[in-house]
Amino acid sequence: MSQDKSLVQIALYAALIAAMGLIPPIPFVTGIPITAQTLGVMLAGVMLGPWRGALSMALFIFVVALGAPLLSGGRGGLGVFMGPTAGFAIGFPFAAFAAGYMAIWLRRLPIFPATLLAAIFGGIVVLYLFGITGFKIISGREWLDAAAVMAVFIPGDLVKAVIAASVAQAVAKGLPDAILTRKG
Amino acid sequence: MISLYMAHPSWLHKLPAGLKLLGLLLLSVLLYPVANLGLMGLMLLFTLILYASVGKPALRQLLILKPLAPLFLLIFLMQTWTVGWVSASLLVLRMLVLILLANLITLTTRMDDMMSAITPMFAPLKLFNIDPKRIAFAVTLLIRFVPVLMAVIQHLMEAWRARGGKRQVWKLAIPLTIQSIRLSDHVAEALAARGGISTITNPRVSTHEPR
Repeated sequence: MSQDKSLVQIALYAALIAAMGLIPPIPFVTGIPITAQTLGVMLAGVMLGPWRGALSMALFIFVVALGAPLLSGGRGGLGVFMGPTAGFAIGFPFAAFAAGYMAIWLRRLPIFPATLLAAIFGGIVVLYLFGITGFKIISGREWLDAAAVMAVFIPGDLVKAVIAASVAQAVAKGLPDAILTRKG
Repeated sequence: MISLYMAHPSWLHKLPAGLKLLGLLLLSVLLYPVANLGLMGLMLLFTLILYASVGKPALRQLLILKPLAPLFLLIFLMQTWTVGWVSASLLVLRMLVLILLANLITLTTRMDDMMSAITPMFAPLKLFNIDPKRIAFAVTLLIRFVPVLMAVIQHLMEAWRARGGKRQVWKLAIPLTIQSIRLSDHVAEALAARGGISTITNPRVSTHEPR
């Protein structure tokens, strides 16, 4: 694939994540609204593969830092990187990388379970590693405390991993070539 | 409109972006050891005065804190419970000051200027054979396509509501993703037909912001 085409894909996925921030948050059982944005992070890794997925998330976060209000709820600008959830934003590229890597590793499995596991690994395990670390640094709390505060978001994110797997499955039916981690 | 920039000239608009960023960096380091509640309170007051000095539109931007309020409350309560209300207040005040100051830079700096203040940091990428121009092109492309995809999702949501739209709004992510992939194929073809990115001489971050 040409370098230019990769670059266009990277930019378009970053734009897709921004658009997903617009899907209204669904209030979940824990009372914490879940937004579609981390769903996009999971999908970027699975669809584009580790490197391009990570680059597209890095681009997204870079443009958010430049001042575009692209995070869900219209947040953006440098303030995001000073707030308690800064670690999550910084973790987006790493989460996409992990999800993509896992998806390639599991590509012999049927698409639904493979994507589900990849999304959980990248979008939850790796992303929370960054999110909790960021929260700990900014709030100066202990590891366990920091993890406890963030744990309320995990059930919602598990739902998102299932959704990511369904979306990948549906896209694979319509446009099989679009899922780059399952080629060859 | 996809920028938080405020086209409302003020003294802060005139400062160079690099200087503002450096100031924020310094302040974020300096504020860490501050353990005096009064001093931190004064910093917050100073921050609010800065907002006021920039003008009314800036003060209205203080509303960005609203969505963060529940999380702040949660942090404050847990921190009060474990280490007492003094350090809990210090923590919340410090976060408020830094978030507000960072946001003030965003409000008073055009994306172009922010981009050119940051671009020198990409110079090392040349070692990996990555042209910084390509990064500028990717940023432009992203900024250009966000409104397009936002229109797509708006249409999808209207159609979904027209069909009764109750549960499973997340299913819209499927057509949204498929349309984005199609769009990216078309753009890549159009780009190839025009000779590719390397032939574009001067990609600019165009955000339609008046100077």
